[in-house]
Amino acid sequence: MFKAKIDVTLKKSVLDPQGQTVLQALHSLGYGTVDALRVGKHFEMTLQSEDRKRAESEIKLMCERLLVNPVIEQYTVELEELR
Amino acid sequence: MIVFPGSNCDTDCWHVLRDVLNIQVDFVWHKETNVGGVDLVVLPGGFSYGDYLRTGAIARFSPVMQAVQEHARQGRAVIGICNGFQVLLETGLLPGAMLRNRSLRFVCKHIYVKTENVTSLFTNRLKHGEILKIPIAHGEGNYFCDEQTLETLEQNNRIAFRYCSEQGTLGDEFNPNGSLAHIAGILNERGNILGMMPHPERSSESMLGSGDGRKIWESILSAANV
Repeated sequence: MFKAKIDVTLKKSVLDPQGQTVLQALHSLGYGTVDALRVGKHFEMTLQSEDRKRAESEIKLMCERLLVNPVIEQYTVELEELR
Repeated sequence: MIVFPGSNCDTDCWHVLRDVLNIQVDFVWHKETNVGGVDLVVLPGGFSYGDYLRTGAIARFSPVMQAVQEHARQGRAVIGICNGFQVLLETGLLPGAMLRNRSLRFVCKHIYVKTENVTSLFTNRLKHGEILKIPIAHGEGNYFCDEQTLETLEQNNRIAFRYCSEQGTLGDEFNPNGSLAHIAGILNERGNILGMMPHPERSSESMLGSGDGRKIWESILSAANV
């Protein structure tokens, strides 16, 4: 069994108005050290895949077909085997 | 008239098509696998599947969307309004994607759009540069695509409408959502699919403040020769 953590964020070329607003809010709270911020989505799932390779390819398909819109978003996957 | 769970402009569109334009309209529940031999498929506005994940992202996998794609493949007309436009983008029938409005606010008001394309089956009753007063009501209408796609849209006259001032001036102050190149509506390559954020069904009777949207329905009728 595997556990996957998937992070989806807007691509660098895409403006993130939500991130901008959160950044401004942090600045107004006095956190001047923050110079960039992006808001994203986080998915966590467990999979009954037989092996790591299969789990990776399944996740890739899931991201391409549903979880991520490649026009505006990019993603990273962290995969961990559960024992 | 396709109805997804969460559609909420379907009855308004149905009313305009049936009572204002006197044409036969049927509702098609999203579980159906056939749309029949209709001239036009309408993907209405609303919040299909509660806008979960991304607007239109789940509706795209509804069984009826296979039939809608087949209908479009045959060259028949499809109009997606607001959430319907978002569904068309997620399905890949139109290029690009929607982002949250730049203001992060849901915007519900009358706006003006400038007609850029007057040859499509959705716009043949309009004049080039004609300004239409049509309401919008959305939180995610900030159209985005990559530079190459934008160039293709521009060069092939596929931008149907752009947001503008009452006099037709383009500018950020007249763009209600931050949409790229002030885009309010685009066509597919073949010209038989239109996606637009403004609601023509809410501006097809002058008693509602504007009858301008009616020209879009009349264009479709005239192209379908019915």
